[in-house]
Amino acid sequence: MVREQICMIKKLAGDNLFKILTAIVAASAAVILIVNAGTLIGGSLPVLQRFGTYFFTGTTWNPVEGRELFGALPYVMGTLVTSAIALLIGVPISLGIAIFLAEMAPKAMKVPVSYLVELLAAVPSVIYGLWGLFVLRIWMQNYIETPLSTYLGWIPIFSGTPFGLDIFTAGVILAIMIIPTVASVSREVINAVPDSIREGAYSIGATKWEVIRYWVLSYGRSGIFGAVILGLGRAVGETMAVTMVIGNAIGPVAMPTSLFKPGQTMSSLIANGFLESTTPIEKSAYMGVGLILLLVSLLINIGAHIMVTRVLKVKGGAVE
Amino acid sequence: MSASYIFRKFKNSLFFGLCLVCVIIAVVPLLSILYEVIMRGAPQLSLQFLTKSGLEGGIGPAIQGTLILIGLTSLIGIPVGVLSGVYLAEYGNNKYAASMRSINDVLTEFPSIVVGITVFSVIVLGVTGSYSPIAGAVALSFILIPIVARTTEESLKLVPTSVREASLALGVNKWKTTLRVVLPSARAGLVTGTLLAVARIAGETAPLILTILGNSYFFQGFNAPMDALPIRIWTDARQPYAEVQAQGWSAALILILIVLSLNIGVRLASRGRLGR
Repeated sequence: MVREQICMIKKLAGDNLFKILTAIVAASAAVILIVNAGTLIGGSLPVLQRFGTYFFTGTTWNPVEGRELFGALPYVMGTLVTSAIALLIGVPISLGIAIFLAEMAPKAMKVPVSYLVELLAAVPSVIYGLWGLFVLRIWMQNYIETPLSTYLGWIPIFSGTPFGLDIFTAGVILAIMIIPTVASVSREVINAVPDSIREGAYSIGATKWEVIRYWVLSYGRSGIFGAVILGLGRAVGETMAVTMVIGNAIGPVAMPTSLFKPGQTMSSLIANGFLESTTPIEKSAYMGVGLILLLVSLLINIGAHIMVTRVLKVKGGAVE
Repeated sequence: MSASYIFRKFKNSLFFGLCLVCVIIAVVPLLSILYEVIMRGAPQLSLQFLTKSGLEGGIGPAIQGTLILIGLTSLIGIPVGVLSGVYLAEYGNNKYAASMRSINDVLTEFPSIVVGITVFSVIVLGVTGSYSPIAGAVALSFILIPIVARTTEESLKLVPTSVREASLALGVNKWKTTLRVVLPSARAGLVTGTLLAVARIAGETAPLILTILGNSYFFQGFNAPMDALPIRIWTDARQPYAEVQAQGWSAALILILIVLSLNIGVRLASRGRLGR
């Protein structure tokens, strides 16, 4: 009897120990988040205290000792503008791919095509950068930017001399990089739309395209919106590929006023300058930029996950 | 047939044609990247080039560094990630687990340069006192852990409850059931997910710039700067000499071979022997 009880206690102790151990390890997620946020908040305090709101609204970036002035606005704008270009170009293409894979492709094509699109996500970002710097840049300069600037140069956003290393090229390379994310999540969302919706639409005589356009896409719109926001999150955080093609402007000239102008995003600014920074206040300025980047990306990703899970849950059965 | 019906049919085919065009647009960059990397990277390849140090014009230290980083990161990241995933899947029906799950979700899309700054401040300045392989591995682990945790959880959830119940009914402890029965049943998904995550971190560059810096020499110890393929590509690409740029392309070829063979290998294996 006693032996059995001891056995029982041992068993429970082992189970509890294992549960507690894994629970502690699971806290690693919170630890990573807190360490990152804490370091950046602590590191950027000096610059925020010294320059206050100028750090968010100013455009000058002057690390010369005695005359330091740090404003992050051009880089925040650079990130927003390149990401917006990425979405404008990347989202329609991704939706086309998702529709093709979910609704049109013959079975024999589905696997290879979705596999190729996934490989696009596997290519390391520094290789995108290398390709962008030596290949895409030439394509952009010769076939897209030069004609646009010749015929539409009077429009402010197409002004300037197209050199290929600019905000537009950065946006295009980001568009390519977000395609796998947006396409695969949208495809899942489309697949999650119940067949009864499609059957109902067909039964009143809709063509396949009309079914997709008016029923499937509108049923899954919040999920697709979530997929787009996930893509935005990727574009905002992407570093290497952008750094290699954006031209790396610093200071007021980095404000993205034209597509054919060198620019700078928050992440490319850090990748280029952080190691070369010498004074503590300059390091702190880079950390401040990192903090803004962190906050923007957290907001975007939280929003995206809320929207995507809301749609995919409905698939599980009960429509609420 | 009415005109409007013909028009609707036409619109139908038009949009499906456009969808096909979208697929082609997405595949062109991929093929172009593969083509350029092979055409520009392959001519310089030789055994010497792969094994000599940077001073002798080789990429030996970069290959060595990438392998060391993959090893160290796996050593830190995989156990932590798998155990977190086990907790989330097996005991995850509470508020604490739900919040850890959401944090992991958010972390998988975390800007990697931010991780670089953090590890620079905490490890490079605080612990090793220099750019170091340890700092690089910690930074990459920050990226690896959330991905492994999520894939572990997903694959454990695919194991039917009946398998767990059968084991518990035989009087096996819950923890032994988890380690000896549930984890092995989920082996295929675990291996696939983990290897894909490793393939992803093998190509990470941004956090490495701030943590291992790069080096022309072979491994110098755990508290000295080290080279890695992504860093070598980045530094070579920014040099004005065609010869050095060509070396960058060769490094890119090796890196893409490592990453793609992990990807393709894993998928082939998961369809065959390990198949779900």
